[in-house]
Amino acid sequence: MTNYDAIIVGAGHNGLTNAAFLAKAGLDVLVLEKNSYVGGATASLELHSDWKYSNCSYVCSLFRPEIYQALDLGRHGLEVVPLQGSVTFKQNGDYLGSYHQPSVRRREIARHSKRDADAAIRFDADLMKWCRLIRGFLLRTPPDPASFKVRDAMEFAYLLKRFYSLSESQIYEFIRFFTMSIAEYLEQYFESDVILAHFSGGSIIGTGLGVYSPGTAYVLLHHAMGDVDGNVGSWGFARGGMGSVSAAIASSFQAHGGVIRTDAEVKKIVVKGRRAVGVMLANGEQINAKAVVSNLDAKRTFLSLMDSADLPADLVTRAKNFKIRGSSGKVNIALDGMPDFPAIPKGSPLTLGHMHFTDTLERLERAYDDWKDDRWSHDPYVDMVIPTQYDPTMAPPGKHMMSVFVQYCPVEVEGGWTNGKRDAFGAAVINQIGDYSPNFKDLILHAEIRTPRELEAEVGLTEGNIFQGELTLDQLMFNRPFPGYAQYRGPVKNMYMCSSSNHPGGGVMGAPGANSAREILLDLGRADTTPEDFSDD
Amino acid sequence: MSAFDVNENVSPINFKEVLQPSPFQSRIDEYGIVQEWMSWNGYKTARVFDTLASEYFAIRSTCGVMDLTPMEKYRISGPDALTYLNRLVTRDITLLKPNRVTYVIWCNDEGKVLDDGTVFHLQNGDYRLCSQHHQLDWLLLSSLGFDVTIEKETHDVAALAVQGPTSCAALMEAGLVDIDRLKPFDIGYMTLNGMELMISRTGFTGDLGYEVWTHPDRALDLWDLIFSVKEQGLFDIRPTGLGALDMVRIEAGFIMPGDDFNTAETAVRADRVRSPYELGLGWLVDLEKPYFTGKQALIAENTEPAKQRLVRLVVEGNKPPMDAFLYDQKGGSRIGTIKSCVWSPILKTNVALADIEFQKGSAPIEIWAEIYYQKELEWRATWARCNISKKPFWAHPRSSITPPQKF
Repeated sequence: MTNYDAIIVGAGHNGLTNAAFLAKAGLDVLVLEKNSYVGGATASLELHSDWKYSNCSYVCSLFRPEIYQALDLGRHGLEVVPLQGSVTFKQNGDYLGSYHQPSVRRREIARHSKRDADAAIRFDADLMKWCRLIRGFLLRTPPDPASFKVRDAMEFAYLLKRFYSLSESQIYEFIRFFTMSIAEYLEQYFESDVILAHFSGGSIIGTGLGVYSPGTAYVLLHHAMGDVDGNVGSWGFARGGMGSVSAAIASSFQAHGGVIRTDAEVKKIVVKGRRAVGVMLANGEQINAKAVVSNLDAKRTFLSLMDSADLPADLVTRAKNFKIRGSSGKVNIALDGMPDFPAIPKGSPLTLGHMHFTDTLERLERAYDDWKDDRWSHDPYVDMVIPTQYDPTMAPPGKHMMSVFVQYCPVEVEGGWTNGKRDAFGAAVINQIGDYSPNFKDLILHAEIRTPRELEAEVGLTEGNIFQGELTLDQLMFNRPFPGYAQYRGPVKNMYMCSSSNHPGGGVMGAPGANSAREILLDLGRADTTPEDFSDD
Repeated sequence: MSAFDVNENVSPINFKEVLQPSPFQSRIDEYGIVQEWMSWNGYKTARVFDTLASEYFAIRSTCGVMDLTPMEKYRISGPDALTYLNRLVTRDITLLKPNRVTYVIWCNDEGKVLDDGTVFHLQNGDYRLCSQHHQLDWLLLSSLGFDVTIEKETHDVAALAVQGPTSCAALMEAGLVDIDRLKPFDIGYMTLNGMELMISRTGFTGDLGYEVWTHPDRALDLWDLIFSVKEQGLFDIRPTGLGALDMVRIEAGFIMPGDDFNTAETAVRADRVRSPYELGLGWLVDLEKPYFTGKQALIAENTEPAKQRLVRLVVEGNKPPMDAFLYDQKGGSRIGTIKSCVWSPILKTNVALADIEFQKGSAPIEIWAEIYYQKELEWRATWARCNISKKPFWAHPRSSITPPQKF
């Protein structure tokens, strides 16, 4: 029986990132994956012949460029191309376009409100203040504020130093920002309904909160703090779909001698004498390792992968109470051609990025109301992209792949989910798009419809929550996943966590995987292979 | 109505027209033979029409003409217009008589400068505020509780700056009689060939000059009227681009928000904002007038020794101190950076605006610039002594004499 230095449970992008840095340090590393493919929620599967989907995650911005560089992902096949426009369609046939030429974007906002065009300057600068602050913490292990260890004290001092680099009024504003709803936050800047709706979408994606719920302003920041080649807030398409992100990390990992086993579901983390010693597979096979790293969410890790007899009681309680509400669905569609959107000018770049059909805050809130009542939103908020407008690898020439992220979709519906209800959910989404594109429905060749039920069963995300835990202040920084456990070390020796349930949270970021690798290498007395923050000074 | 029924009321912007045309565009395109365009507040603007030197010397020796359409313009009217403006800006606007113009700055509550501009008192209670940057958001935020109407009229007014020693003579030749009576910062009105004109003796060049304002429908008529003087062979009149303007405004010591300091609304880093005192614009702040935005912070700051200042520097030698770091001695401690600089063709010296650290309220005893320059693709470094200039680098009596001289 092989004895590994480290076993990573789950080949999602964070698990692979973690494994790659450990392998780069010279460790013997094994990644175990229950599915027949790697990537978890960062996957591109061919479900319709000649079409590749981005089955879960669909655009890239948060992935840390430091990790990209350190793992040489460009040479391992990754290429992230920036999006070039976005649009929110209005119900009256008008639209708000977001053009990438600043002067054109400004004129388009001014078409809806002259004042908002000027307010956007203040909004952009303010959001950039918070982005700048928070980006400095992404590749760092959160300090434990209750600890008196030198390292914690120094990290906490760093955190405070960054915080006090803000001016007095910025400090007040930042604290307000973290506790505000996105609607209240944006109403400090904008007056136009469609502008408010357009800017607020990013604050509800993936979260079980509505635009009027406190805490949603932060979620907007979480979606704005990434960058494509230094353009903070920009998003990109991974050429070949999001699966090419995990494929590149896997390739880098293997180049460093790492081993991946798919179709190898881990049943248990084996603990002996308060130490993790290895894992037990579903087929009964046991594999030992000096370190075991879980890339599953905190709920799965502590309530199913580990035996409660091996865990402190308070941790089990915290895991049970961990907020991980599924609220999103996904519809991936193979199209026989490019759908028409008659409302927007022909040849405009607006279809080259995010497309939305929700033009008021009220409609966004009503969509949330449905979710609270255990129904999918009958008028959902969708974030729709058609990456094949640039990407030649995902569909045959002239044909297209459409990726539709849907907010909201509940974990449980009345009477339980059935395949029929899943298809009805898909139909609600398809009908909404059909309202704005007359030829859209006729172009559909195949559709993959995923509710939280499918996301949980197929990908392994508890309740289908895309962030592996809500991004609310009580579950961020040193509170993520739980107070006292934010430094990637589990409750038993030699056991670690590297999933998005850990700081800095969800999104295809790679940071939890890298941060966790840094802690493991520190414990093992190995040289740190993880990259330092590029530092936006 | 189905959402894909095209809404006839929507008039989409032309996304292929990345930069907006001004009412003078057809003439600008015709004269802009080098086609060196840039964006000024989103308008298609010439950096250079023909050659930079000819445009600079048009302003300094004959007459240059520049399109002012892209400059932001706001009409401020209503019963509270005066009290509103007096609360907005740091200067005492109650002293501004009708048909007069004044230079102003305005701050946020922390006393940091948001922008600069000019207030035109058009007639009793009716004002125009011109600014460098987009200010509608701030103007409306500041108007809470005032009975005032604020309208953006940037595109609704066409204006040409006519600047240089022959500007008065040339405009009078064009039919704008009586403008020689205008004192600096005066406003006059006239109707010419059916064109309603407003003329102000204002400018951003530090030279004799006027700004002529009209309705955009008559923009081309105004342009042609002025250039007809050149066609008659009387004076050389040239359109001038933003490149030449930048040269003359630095010579005149005028600062440019966004270039010489970060405006408070756009600054991300907390230490990048600047107060009027830090910009050397303390003379624009009237702490004795009733409350204005930023007053409390400025009263507090005024009692503290200055920590940093934007200063005018004369840089020795002939190497351009572009983006140079500044030190307290050759190879000493870094004390600042150059913001704007230009080789002044009329002074034959490099002049610059620079942000400098002050010690206990005083300027450094010595200032040295470390200058990197290129000769045939090879980079070299040198040191140049810099001296603070208390006055604008260039000022000529002809700019303020009334009536003006012929040239």
